[in-house]
Amino acid sequence: MSFKKANRAYEGIKPYLPVIKWFTKRLAVALITIYFAVTLSFIIIKSMPGDPIEALTQAFITQYYMDYESARSLAESVAPFVPRGPLWLQYIDYISKFFRGDLGVSISYSTGTPVMDLLAKTIPWTVLVVATSLVISFGVGVVIGMVMAYKHGGKLDSFLAVLFSIIRSIPEYIVAIVLLIVLGFQLKLFPTRGAYSSGIQPSLSLQFIADVLWHAALPILTWIIVHVGGWALGMRGSTIGVLGEDFITYAKARGLPSRRIVITYVGKNAILPLFTSFMLSIGFMFGGSIFIEYIFSYPGVGSLLYSAVSERDYFLMLGVFNIIIVAVVLAALLADILYGVIDPRIRRGTT
Amino acid sequence: MSVKPMPTAFKSFARGVIEDWIIIPGKILIRNKKGLVGLLITLIYIIIAVIGPRVIPQPRSFTCMPYEPPSIFKWPPSFEHPLGCDYMGTDIWAQIVWGTPIVLQIAFVAGMLTTLIGIVVGMVAGFKGGIVDSVLMTITDIIMTIPGLPFLIVLSTIIAVSDPWAIGVLISIRWWTGLARSIRSQVLSIKQRDFIEAARILGMPTHHIVFREIMPNLMSFIAINFISAAVGAIYASVGLYFLGILPISAYNWGVMLNMAYKQAGALFSMSTLHYILTPIVAIIVLQTGLILFSYSLDEIFNPRLRTKV
Repeated sequence: MSFKKANRAYEGIKPYLPVIKWFTKRLAVALITIYFAVTLSFIIIKSMPGDPIEALTQAFITQYYMDYESARSLAESVAPFVPRGPLWLQYIDYISKFFRGDLGVSISYSTGTPVMDLLAKTIPWTVLVVATSLVISFGVGVVIGMVMAYKHGGKLDSFLAVLFSIIRSIPEYIVAIVLLIVLGFQLKLFPTRGAYSSGIQPSLSLQFIADVLWHAALPILTWIIVHVGGWALGMRGSTIGVLGEDFITYAKARGLPSRRIVITYVGKNAILPLFTSFMLSIGFMFGGSIFIEYIFSYPGVGSLLYSAVSERDYFLMLGVFNIIIVAVVLAALLADILYGVIDPRIRRGTT
Repeated sequence: MSVKPMPTAFKSFARGVIEDWIIIPGKILIRNKKGLVGLLITLIYIIIAVIGPRVIPQPRSFTCMPYEPPSIFKWPPSFEHPLGCDYMGTDIWAQIVWGTPIVLQIAFVAGMLTTLIGIVVGMVAGFKGGIVDSVLMTITDIIMTIPGLPFLIVLSTIIAVSDPWAIGVLISIRWWTGLARSIRSQVLSIKQRDFIEAARILGMPTHHIVFREIMPNLMSFIAINFISAAVGAIYASVGLYFLGILPISAYNWGVMLNMAYKQAGALFSMSTLHYILTPIVAIIVLQTGLILFSYSLDEIFNPRLRTKV
């Protein structure tokens, strides 16, 4: 490997150096955040009044009628850290177990169920609701936002701008309760609780899928009502910015069909800045689903967090908390990477 | 009976203050109907919070007579109880009134603290630059990434708080980051402008540059952020009370929602609808008022928009 060759390789990488540096920084922040959350969880577990291992032991005794000795040893073996030994060893054990996916066991749900299993059961429901409502509200919001931007300054635009910023400030639990009362209990259009009817066996049949969607309708509708205004306002602002750019004037001067200008020139460029918040929303809706899932008794991650908190099931609570943080961090990281891929200005490291 | 004339310097200062803080904002508000409506709504809530608990007796259970245990829910709105009574025979209007100061205190404390931390961190990062800037912004990024609601829920299960001020502090731990980032970028862009350069060359002290030259440019921004922090704090605190995560020790709209949702069966019975509807309306109207008021803040604080009055 000659110096010349290495130099050429460096010349090849050089334009990407700012991108690499920027990406390394993002990755570092992501890892530090996860590490911070895990450490915080450990501190919380250790500073709890009462011994969590003892609580788990007692839960085993009451639920499975075990004698104290075997219950205690079982509790020690399934704890997310070694209960004996110096604190630093417990800490290292906790972190290494976390990264291997061992989050301990639940105390309140059928005692001894691994937290990971409970999460695996609940995550799909939350993802279903969050992803569906995010895609719908983003799509609808973007279209409304573009219309508002084109009618900028008009009566409809200013009315919608005020309306959306008010609706955006109404808490989702209020929207959820109102929908539950009106559409659920009074008009009886939608089921008021659960993810599917109790009489139906989960399968891939059309009937089951329809039933699941029917049950998910109210949670999804709640998210859409709360979020669509935010997307519309964001798209409106960004479209107004793009409309003032020179290349739009140039495209019009070239006599391009207005349909093409609206979609390719304005739409694409205006959506780009929204993309990051779209990705971030995935994580934040994931974390914010506690109210909606509690109100509609929907068996997702939010409900799991709620029951863990109200039962003071700390391993479960911190497990859910950490998983939510990991989801948010990964979504943010993915957003950064994809944004770099989509936006050529970032790809070339010019901004 | 002779009144000593005020010193002229003080007089002109007082006139300046009155003009800056009352006359010009008043003129703007009269023109800006949305802002005026918002301000009036907010003022009504503040008046209720201040006067209400002194005038209206503390809500107690079993005060709506006659209380007959088997037949609850027999208190629709009446002259004596304007909003009716809940399933425990407690006057709903009194509960709303007694809950108002708690909600407003949380909103105020969280708004103030969020704004303060945001300004300090953003200003220091923007001005100092270099290593201080990168350390502060990395910390900001990390806290920003942590989802606020689960973080708040986990925190409040460990730190059992019931004092509204403490709840406000708890909420602001997470919510200052957005403001800090924006203030920093505003400072970075304003720092380059000509008038700051001019002030530097004229040898103005730093505190003059910060408070007289830069702050006025950020004021509208900060004020709007204060309102949105308050709106966020109301959302979070009422939500936590609703979930029953914060100790149910005080009269709070969230507690009312919780009771109505969980116990009173107010969801499916039309005759008890007023019980759940009251806190809902109280929250929506307050949030709407704050948002509408924030519309006029830009005009009130932005020196360039002010001159048009």
